[in-house]
Amino acid sequence: MTDLGLVIELTILVLAIFLGFEVISKVPTMLHTPLMSGTNFIHGIVIVGAIVVLGYADDTFTKAIGFVAMVLATANVVGGWFVTDRMLEMFKRRPDERRNEPS
Amino acid sequence: MISDPDVIGLLYLAAIVCFIVALRFLSSPKLARRGNWVGGAGMAIAIATTLLLDGIGNWPLIVGGAAIGTVVGVVGARTVKMTAMPQMVALFNGVGGGAAALVALAEFHVADGALASEETVSIALSALIGSISFSGSLVAFAKLQELLSGRPIVFPGQKLVNAATLVGAAALGGALVAGVEAEWVLLALLGLALLFGVMFVLPIGGADMPVVISLLNAFTGLAASATGFVLDSTVLIVSGMLVGASGTFLTLMMAKAMNRSVANVLFGAFGQVQTATGADRVDDGRTVRSTTADDVAVQLSYARRVVVVPGYGLAVAQAQHDVRQLAELLESKGIDVAYAIHPVAGRMPGHMNVLLAEANVPYDQLKEMDEINPDFPQTDVALVIGANDVVNPAARSDPASPIYGMPILDVDKATSVIVMKRSMAPGFAGIDNELFLDPRTTMLFGNAKDSIVKLISSVKAV
Repeated sequence: MTDLGLVIELTILVLAIFLGFEVISKVPTMLHTPLMSGTNFIHGIVIVGAIVVLGYADDTFTKAIGFVAMVLATANVVGGWFVTDRMLEMFKRRPDERRNEPS
Repeated sequence: MISDPDVIGLLYLAAIVCFIVALRFLSSPKLARRGNWVGGAGMAIAIATTLLLDGIGNWPLIVGGAAIGTVVGVVGARTVKMTAMPQMVALFNGVGGGAAALVALAEFHVADGALASEETVSIALSALIGSISFSGSLVAFAKLQELLSGRPIVFPGQKLVNAATLVGAAALGGALVAGVEAEWVLLALLGLALLFGVMFVLPIGGADMPVVISLLNAFTGLAASATGFVLDSTVLIVSGMLVGASGTFLTLMMAKAMNRSVANVLFGAFGQVQTATGADRVDDGRTVRSTTADDVAVQLSYARRVVVVPGYGLAVAQAQHDVRQLAELLESKGIDVAYAIHPVAGRMPGHMNVLLAEANVPYDQLKEMDEINPDFPQTDVALVIGANDVVNPAARSDPASPIYGMPILDVDKATSVIVMKRSMAPGFAGIDNELFLDPRTTMLFGNAKDSIVKLISSVKAV
């Protein structure tokens, strides 16, 4: 991947810190658990690292480490997504929608 | 194959935008589910782009690893009961941390000494934080799954050992950065970090695990972000840091819901205070009064207002559907029924809302703590089902109690209190509960589901 240079990368990093705080500034208590699970899914992005390491690996050691990383990262992505989805499924028939239904 | 770096960068940018939108949506009840889908789309874009990078090989290993991980993830997430969700979050968080640490190790191995110093810093950080998150999450999982005792596990000199482990790991990281680029140094660092993760979570009580998991979740984000610096990947840097920052913020909010500081949660050593107060309370002459389902049924049937206080015991017994039936039955008799939801009822903030929503309990009957507390003095019967710490008056009155200061549901202000519990065992925080000795309180022992089923038939018979 292209090297942007350290300072630009650090700039992006700092902006991401502020954005991370800002973007979830108002979240109701009942969504704390699903939100934690959702962010848990998003850090599964480390799978990109696992693919790069494994995809360019030449020696057995790197392949072995990369393979385990691939398994773990995939479990993070897939498991994280499904857990979040199951939690949020419980909210789908929430009051607002339900009140509009003929009872 | 994509070889134009601009195209790659733009695709990764699209993934980042998806993640930001996902986080925004996830903090709104209406859009939350859509948010997860948007995040999923972002992840698909990022993964597809990476797979299409020039020169990616070892396809059998990639596909095989992805297949195993997918099976583990899908089976784990689909088969687990709703009550066990918190530990699944811990588990999937831990494996992410482990993956970040392994990516760092592999990068170090491949570079074979030819690393810029900022890359070494990133590798050391990623290995350190990722490993702590991995082993710490596994211990959190074991505690919530009750493979390990939910009580704090402490031993003499623990703080010293913990500090030494962390300092040792940091020193090894320092050595790496200073130029001792030998692989055994990084391996030793990984080992010490794994050990520290275990030692760090062991002394924390099971009731505080949600805060710990949230913190470790932020850690994994940071570890992923650090690997981004080694791999020069903006999508890793930004997405990892988004989780690192929002996860930290969420951790603070969770601790605030329990009226405690994060430091107090992490280093409070919950259990030690308890042994001191527990001893004074033995035998002060008051006894617990137990009752039968028939008696409770009569009490409920002649009440005007009943407040149900659900806790983790209800969730474990999978009694949420039966509770709804009981509530509907009482309502059909003209009794006013509401549910009082403590912010940390269950084992995670919001856990109880999720479970009751699953049982189709009407949303407008779910009352938040601040909303319902003023109503308890006008409540005839407070029906406490498998809740303990969140109704413990010691939080208001006993400064020596470990949960002192935590906001609680004031059920002891109701005219009468019925506590449904399996046994007299203390709650998850491991503390005795004064409420059970209160003259207004009667206990209905047994599995919550069985008790409620009996109650339903008794109420019908009244």
